[in-house]
Amino acid sequence: MTTPKPPTHRGSLERREQKLAYLMLIPTFLIVFSIVLGPLLANFWISVKPVELADLRPAKVMVNESLRPRPKEDGQEVTLRYRIRNSSQNDAIENASFTDVLPAGLTLGVMPSGCATEGQTVSCELGDLEPKQRFDIEIPVVASQAYLDAGVRPRDDKAATFGSSQNVLTSFEFTTENFTKIFNGPEFWTVLRVSMYYTIFGTLGALVLGLFAAQLLNTAFRGRNILRGLFLFPYVAPVIAVAFAWVLLLDAGPGGTFNALLMQMGATDSPINFLGQRAIPFSVFGLNLEFPMALTTVIAFEAWRYFPLSFLFILARMQSVGGEMYEAAEIDGATPFQQFWSISLPQLVGILSVLFLLRFIWTFNKFDDIFLLTGGAAGTRTLTVDVYEQAFAVSNLGAGAAVAVVVFAVLLVFALIFFKFSPQDDG
Amino acid sequence: MKLGSVTLFGICAGAIWGTVWMIVVGVLLMLVSGLTTQPPLGMAALTGAVMGVSAFLIFEKLQGRAQIVVLVGLSGLLLLVLTAAQPFGVPLTQVFYQLIAWIIFAGLLGTSLLMGLRGYTGEGVSRYRFELLVIRLLKGLGFVIFTIVVVLPFYVMVMTSLKNQQSLLANPLDFSINLSQGAASLFRSYIELFTEYHFGTFLTNSALVSVLTVIITLAFAVPGAYAVARLRFKGQAFLSRSILLIYMVPAIVLVIPLYAVFSQAGLRNSLTGLLVVYPATTIPVALYMLQGYFRGLPSELEEAGLMDGLSRVGVILKITLPLSLPALASVALYVFMIAWNEFLFAFMFLDDLEMFTLSRGVVSLNSSEVPRQHLMAGAVIATVPVLALFLWFERYLVSGLTAGSVKG
Repeated sequence: MTTPKPPTHRGSLERREQKLAYLMLIPTFLIVFSIVLGPLLANFWISVKPVELADLRPAKVMVNESLRPRPKEDGQEVTLRYRIRNSSQNDAIENASFTDVLPAGLTLGVMPSGCATEGQTVSCELGDLEPKQRFDIEIPVVASQAYLDAGVRPRDDKAATFGSSQNVLTSFEFTTENFTKIFNGPEFWTVLRVSMYYTIFGTLGALVLGLFAAQLLNTAFRGRNILRGLFLFPYVAPVIAVAFAWVLLLDAGPGGTFNALLMQMGATDSPINFLGQRAIPFSVFGLNLEFPMALTTVIAFEAWRYFPLSFLFILARMQSVGGEMYEAAEIDGATPFQQFWSISLPQLVGILSVLFLLRFIWTFNKFDDIFLLTGGAAGTRTLTVDVYEQAFAVSNLGAGAAVAVVVFAVLLVFALIFFKFSPQDDG
Repeated sequence: MKLGSVTLFGICAGAIWGTVWMIVVGVLLMLVSGLTTQPPLGMAALTGAVMGVSAFLIFEKLQGRAQIVVLVGLSGLLLLVLTAAQPFGVPLTQVFYQLIAWIIFAGLLGTSLLMGLRGYTGEGVSRYRFELLVIRLLKGLGFVIFTIVVVLPFYVMVMTSLKNQQSLLANPLDFSINLSQGAASLFRSYIELFTEYHFGTFLTNSALVSVLTVIITLAFAVPGAYAVARLRFKGQAFLSRSILLIYMVPAIVLVIPLYAVFSQAGLRNSLTGLLVVYPATTIPVALYMLQGYFRGLPSELEEAGLMDGLSRVGVILKITLPLSLPALASVALYVFMIAWNEFLFAFMFLDDLEMFTLSRGVVSLNSSEVPRQHLMAGAVIATVPVLALFLWFERYLVSGLTAGSVKG
């Protein structure tokens, strides 16, 4: 007698279900692949290519047409001139050509070699164009009264141009210069360090503030919902709005409200440049130390803007903890702080560590906040801001992509750590 | 009245509250009235400390409403005496605003002492009871500080947008609003933004992009989430785990390749380009949030539908979707918020004024040629719609935020 076994092949119903599932997932997969995963791979490609911002405008055949002299009377013989130019300074164009439709009433004379005509359409083969090359093609034409009456110029109908040029993005020319340049750059290690400071302290700040806020709103009282909504404002409002509000608030020049307040209160004699000053020197016990002013302000902004999120999660977790444990602790005579340390915090460790890891990665990825607050000046340039600076301020796309590769590599390390130590799903 | 450790606590708490309320009320007085005041912090702390001790006496001798009346009244009088009738460092001749501020200060100090010390007599108590007292103080301070820190930037934003550059430079603390100038003059910045700076176009563009992003995202994510949550197929486990990974890819890494490709494809300076990028970044989030919700729905309902002859698509349309309206609402709101607030791609991609979204438009105001009240008015215009929507649907958005998202 044979023991019954579960079926090893998939039944038709199961296959149909699987097909339907794939069908439903294909659109998502396609768009995510083309906009997220594709560019991610393309970024590696660009990082090993000598590509500048200007290379994005591909070499094109420029054609400028005119009649000289301008015809004034019926039957006048004039010259139709095409000025041909290669728009690129560096790249040649192969098999260049153009076609152009002339206005009615122009009769074409003898065509130069390479050019042909069909009705009112002129088409010319130009061969290969060197970088920056320019030359003219001239064709004799006779203007008729019909042309003069119509008032249409040849250039009103632009010539269509063709030709293929080497695009540095698709060529097989590689270089490691981008990486050597960024690793040997004077700023790189500073940038990496600033990035880590910003990420660690920004994340911790947001978590601690969130924990505090959650403690405040964990008890029921009138107006709690209003306060909860209010506490979420920094996160919900657009980053441009709040960032510029902070910039104006902390302005060190005349018109800066916060500095005016501090001076009025007698807390400081001269305005503090919160966002523009790299470091404030001070000494403790004879040690000369520096306080990183701008970086601290940027971290404070980060904590301010993202505490609502950790606050929401922690509050949700705290409200799901039953009251029995606290009642038991009360009977045992535990004081409120003891209850917080021994009951609340251990209950929150799960959500706190998940929040820490996710926020850590997101803070590391953050670009907008620092870019809008300081533009990366005064010792606040993080890796993400450096990507922008290299690629678009210095116009070296390759170097920017190389920094982006570094960002991604660091992130991958975080992600591995995250998956290794990821606690059971607690959110 | 007996003296003890709680008496000492009362003195400290009183001094802290006196200082805090003097700073808060003094600054508010400055901002609202435009007066230049010199808040006497030391005297306020002394007032608070004295009242902190007296509070225990008041609790002992008086009952009910009399407690608060006496606390508030004495606080006010004491401050007036200690500051030689200049409660905010300004002679009493500046009557109106200072009078109001003085009453508010006394009220706040009295109330916080009542709420903070009530039920104690001043003598030493057990550690348990003492910690309760400390927690009251910390919570009270927490409420005040958090509220101020959250509100201050928004307050400055709104008030700056209603002022003009000259008066702001002359006195950056004066946020008083001159209501007699009429609405047209008061809202001049807003009117100019809409008439001269194309903010009408920006607003339309932002609304268009955000709403379309929501629609596209849901159209992609609903079937995807359903498949991941309900259907069995090879790679299901891998997929539901890797969705969140996509969510960790930083936008800045995508910007350079997308910029290069979109430039050459002619998609860069267009809203279409944004409508390709935004859904791609929001679909994984939406899918993750929705599949969590779909899993929580009882599958018996859907099986009943299948038994009764509905197709899978019919089940989704007639059973699953109507049941998940709250989840759809929260996902839609969350996606709308992301699209509306998005800055990086709008900033990198859009060059032409007619294409600008609000984020991009406000950045273009950040130049020395544009007065700062215009910049702040632009910030208010960008903030109000999304905040209004958030307050309107707060319940949904809060559940959406906690459901699947730690993104920012």
